[in-house]
Amino acid sequence: MTSHIVDARAIHKHFGTLHVLKGVDLKVDERELVFVIGPSGSGKSTLLRCLNRLEEPSSGSIMVDGIDMLDPRTNINHARRRIGMVFQSFNLYPHMTALGNVMLALRKVAGKSRGEAESLAHAALKRVGLADRADHTPGQLSGGQQQRVAIARSIALEPRVMLFDEPTSALDPELVGSVLEVMRDLRESGMTMIVVSHEMGFARNAADRVVFMDDGLIVEQGPPGAIFENPAHERTRAFIGQIQRH
Amino acid sequence: MSGWDKFVETFFNAKVMVKYLPDILSGVVVTIELALLIVVTGLGAGLAFALLRSLAIRPLNWLIIFVVDLFRSLPPLVIIVLMYFGLPYAGPAPSGFVSTWLSLAFVLMAFSEEIFWAGITSIPKGQWEASRSTGLTFGQTLFNVVLPQAFRLTIPPLTNRTIAITKGTALGTVVAVTEILGQASSAMSNSYNPSPLMMGAAAYVVLFLPVVVAARWVETKFAWKR
Repeated sequence: MTSHIVDARAIHKHFGTLHVLKGVDLKVDERELVFVIGPSGSGKSTLLRCLNRLEEPSSGSIMVDGIDMLDPRTNINHARRRIGMVFQSFNLYPHMTALGNVMLALRKVAGKSRGEAESLAHAALKRVGLADRADHTPGQLSGGQQQRVAIARSIALEPRVMLFDEPTSALDPELVGSVLEVMRDLRESGMTMIVVSHEMGFARNAADRVVFMDDGLIVEQGPPGAIFENPAHERTRAFIGQIQRH
Repeated sequence: MSGWDKFVETFFNAKVMVKYLPDILSGVVVTIELALLIVVTGLGAGLAFALLRSLAIRPLNWLIIFVVDLFRSLPPLVIIVLMYFGLPYAGPAPSGFVSTWLSLAFVLMAFSEEIFWAGITSIPKGQWEASRSTGLTFGQTLFNVVLPQAFRLTIPPLTNRTIAITKGTALGTVVAVTEILGQASSAMSNSYNPSPLMMGAAAYVVLFLPVVVAARWVETKFAWKR
């Protein structure tokens, strides 16, 4: 047993002939917020998706909250309950209301009664500031509201870790703030979070650690101040320079 | 006698119509029985095959695709004739009713499998991923997230196919099934008058128009608010 809540070692991932992850180690402490940055194609989303096995790593080991994620005997569905995930494209269920979206896993996975699931779902929607939108379908909500419902869908299951895969990249600029605000609240409540994103301002203010990935490897990592102001590697410097110019 | 009167006398002869109404009605009953059996078994088997196919077991999928393509390309009449006149040489001798039912059910199964499958594959991968990431199993995701969305997309093409194939019950005449068209054409030859055929046509409209209307209603019911 390690003291890290996430402990991924020597993760390799091949897509056919493409070597996307080339031996990545990532350890995350409880209550830590780790920001993963890097150019597109650097493997950051793939790494995130390996952690809950939406993507099957080619080799390596992954422990999350003491569970060996790659052990064939592990019940992956039980393990995933402890790992929330938020996607770039929200992926809300369009045929259900916001409340229905949050309730589904509470009913089917956590085995809650209808009444219990409903009150937990209402509480989760309230946490993301959408108590009054429970009966709306995704099509009736703005992008920012949809992403907050998606966050509520995850946190309602009381995960031990939350994975964010570019949660604000599909949003209009004026809607980004509301999602980041919810993420900040989550962080303050002590949630362990791994965030793939280009929101550098948010990283600077909220992240404990920034990890820079390029070409399937972690190039360097450290506190946001150090990575943004004084990167050790040329590749990091070039990437940060590019991001900040825009 | 004017042309119009002659036309009515020939095609809508009241005396002939009254005489053969009971025959046509008994044909309606047979057609309804056949149609219901075809729809229930054909759509049921089609959905079952589409679900099996979603398991992505390669050899099984090849088999499903072969069977489906075969029954989609054969004319239904040929299947009925083969089953009624050919199958007895191999042992089982299904009645005309059973031959028609099973043949059209196979055809509807083949077409509806393709429609269900298209519906399932049209659901974005992100829907699967979101559901699986919260811990739902493959089956729970299929039944709670994917199929409800897929069904909505499949209703219009499924209705068209279902109506087209259940109208094929008329093909049962060739193997002596006494459905609407069979009753109408024997009444026509007995009475030397085409009025029974008009009654048969009216019976088809009365039977299938409500199905089309019902399909429209289901479509609006399944449409979620955008």
